[in-house]
Amino acid sequence: MAQITFEEISASDFFYRNRDIAGFTNPTRAIFAAIRELVENSLDAAESIKVPPDIYVRLSFEGEASQETQIYKLRVEDNGCGIPPRHIPSAFGQVLYGSKYKLKQQRGTFGLGGKMAILYGQITTHQPATIISSTSPSSKIYMYKLMIDIQRNRPIILDRKVFLNKEGWRGTVVEFSLEGDYLRAMPKILEYFKQTAMVNPYANITFVDPKGRLYKFVRATTIMPDPPKETLPHPYGVDVELLQRLIQITPYNNMLEFLKNHFHRVGEITANKFLEFSGISPSKNPKKLSHEEIVKLMQMLKKFKEFLPPDASCLSPLGEELLKTGVLKELKPEFVAVHQRKPATYAGHPFIVEVAIAYGGEIPQRGGFVIYRFANRIPLLYDEASDVSVKVINAVNWRRYKVSPDMPIAIVVHICSTKVPYKTVGKEFIADRPEVRREIANGLREVARQLQRFLTRREHVDRERKRLGVFGKYLPKIAEFSTKLAGREKPPDIEKLLRSVRRFGAEGV
Amino acid sequence: MEPKEFKSITERRKEVLATLENFGLRIYEQMEKGFFPFIEMPSRSTENIYYDPRFRQFILGDKKVRRSTRNIRHLKPFAQLVWTALFSYELTSQRKTSTLRDVYYSAQAYEMTFKDQQESNNIITDLETILGFSREDFNIFPEERSAVFGDLTIRYTVPGYEGKTLNLTSHPDGVMIGPALTSAEFVETTADKVIAIEKGGLFTRFIEENVHKKFNALLVLTAGQAPRATRHFIRRLNRELGLPVYIFTDGDPWGMHIAMVIISGSANAAHLRDLTTPDAKWSGVWATDIVKYKLPTDPLDEIDMKRLYELQKDPRYKEDPLWQREIKTFMKIKRKAEQEAFSRYGLTYIVDEYLPAKLEETK
Repeated sequence: MAQITFEEISASDFFYRNRDIAGFTNPTRAIFAAIRELVENSLDAAESIKVPPDIYVRLSFEGEASQETQIYKLRVEDNGCGIPPRHIPSAFGQVLYGSKYKLKQQRGTFGLGGKMAILYGQITTHQPATIISSTSPSSKIYMYKLMIDIQRNRPIILDRKVFLNKEGWRGTVVEFSLEGDYLRAMPKILEYFKQTAMVNPYANITFVDPKGRLYKFVRATTIMPDPPKETLPHPYGVDVELLQRLIQITPYNNMLEFLKNHFHRVGEITANKFLEFSGISPSKNPKKLSHEEIVKLMQMLKKFKEFLPPDASCLSPLGEELLKTGVLKELKPEFVAVHQRKPATYAGHPFIVEVAIAYGGEIPQRGGFVIYRFANRIPLLYDEASDVSVKVINAVNWRRYKVSPDMPIAIVVHICSTKVPYKTVGKEFIADRPEVRREIANGLREVARQLQRFLTRREHVDRERKRLGVFGKYLPKIAEFSTKLAGREKPPDIEKLLRSVRRFGAEGV
Repeated sequence: MEPKEFKSITERRKEVLATLENFGLRIYEQMEKGFFPFIEMPSRSTENIYYDPRFRQFILGDKKVRRSTRNIRHLKPFAQLVWTALFSYELTSQRKTSTLRDVYYSAQAYEMTFKDQQESNNIITDLETILGFSREDFNIFPEERSAVFGDLTIRYTVPGYEGKTLNLTSHPDGVMIGPALTSAEFVETTADKVIAIEKGGLFTRFIEENVHKKFNALLVLTAGQAPRATRHFIRRLNRELGLPVYIFTDGDPWGMHIAMVIISGSANAAHLRDLTTPDAKWSGVWATDIVKYKLPTDPLDEIDMKRLYELQKDPRYKEDPLWQREIKTFMKIKRKAEQEAFSRYGLTYIVDEYLPAKLEETK
């Protein structure tokens, strides 16, 4: 009889074996994903202390790895909150360690973005990562050189140094080597920076590429959106696992208090109504619930119709002003209309849709709309065709708004949510949920109407300008020719005629 | 035919210049008074074209069109019209001539582009309609050319040739009816008739066979449909010299109509006078000649027949029973014959036999 061995694998090991999940599919995607994860961490770090982000990214060539891939050194610096020294090894050397497991809108949600990048760097180059960080206010700067023990999911500290923080620097620097294919990844990376700058118009982002080319995205404002608040889980959104965890940690020993204190928008009255509805005694100790009872509880939570919808304080949309600023800054259109929808929910998760439509200016005319998709202020660059936004955009009857795809038009769709309904683990496109679809469609209709008004007005102004142009061109000629023909010296005064033309309905010119 | 006549051409030029100047002044004054200048002219649309038996030609009715510079769609044509008037004025006063094609290109120097030749031709026709002069009076000539041959002495009025005379027998190919000849004065002639011929081949044959001497005639080559300058020239021969005009064309509906346009004018020129010769005669080739002289023929095709039906209803063809008789005969025999068809009886048959017979018949 063959021996079957069961072995436990660590989280690091799991992701090492399944790195596709986190986007490190191939050398091209890997280098893009590494930059992206670290930049997003940096943005979060700065926003968490309400400081406009200053991010510096440098990718430098280290040597050839194979015929198609090279070794690069990636360095990302920020002015964010910094990491307390005791957390640095775990924060960067232990997968699934982090602060991103509470319920509020976050850029990443795996909690492994940066770590995955470092892990990927380690398995492709066997080099340690360097982390330098200082929190504010701190008189010291800490530097760690570390690697990840993949099988045990533990950081291995190779070196640790402490410097005096004479200039009061605050932030984090991450530097490590990785294998990748920059030339192939370049278009996506540059597009990523441009779009990131669009939805983070309050950030300075600098990128130096391996050829030494400098790309600078300068902030257009220092106003930042309100940071999201943490919230409790909404009853419609829980699953058995979450319930069990809550039961484990709860200090309360009856169901009434348990419901009141661990769930979003559940108060005394709602809790009592629910307990009556589900036939659970208010005094029952949650820790005494059997497994079957927990499953039933979850089912009843989903069935109960009277829970209030989640509020959106846990969300941090960009806001119409900032979205407009970002679009104007990066796309330089002639016209932009933005609209933020009221908060909505799907399956117990609140979400807000923001849309913008931009026309003319530097937007290219290429026989189709240029579509920019964002989720929680992250640009989505892959699998555009499968995204719900694209489906909605294609379903809109644009002709009603005097809009056609051969116009120079860009459309921006931003969805923020505590749980963005991604279709796949790759997190590149958003699933077609009816609630989401409806919000996007309504948002698009609103901005399309604004664009229509703009186009109509401009058409009118154009027509008027053309009309005046015709008068301005031919009346003087008629005057000139008739003067010569009549043998007169001085041409007739046509200013009065031209003025009267202008008076007849020339508003807006 | 004395100096008095010589003056009349000069007078006419003065009249043209004054009319153009007046036209400019009218617009100038409208603008000066703070009005958007406008003009009115008879409409040239088909429903405003009538046949007038008194003049024996088409004329324009009472319907007017108004072109106002207040209307944005009229602005450009209006400017083009005033420019054309100015251009005509300069041509006429400097005694230079120009072609329709020239006008189209000259406009570009004034940043007055015409979309195409058709547009500039239309504007010139507008100017003709408004001022009642034909473009030849403004020294604008079409590209077409026809010729004249015979004992007529003319005196040029064009710059550089003023006062010089020429006898129209001096060149055996005939003299081109161009701007210089059109504006020339008639001095003297021994001819007592005009024979207009549709085709160049026959015109040359007639000169070679001394038709001008034998029949005491001036020969005019219309070269197909007679250009307006030629129609005006024939009218002058008829009116000023009192010469009867006989027209010889191919024996088909198209040839018949060439004769008709010389006699009664065209609908396109309904806004103009002095282009018709109502007393001119169509002397052949008739449909009845085809039968009588047993000429070699071709069948009338569908387009020929269609044209015959149109002509049958045309008011110009109801003036003289001859036309209706010939149209019916064409329809009956369904054949047509060219002027050259007489060559089956020998090269000189047409001159020796046919021509004298027809001149006598249509006298």
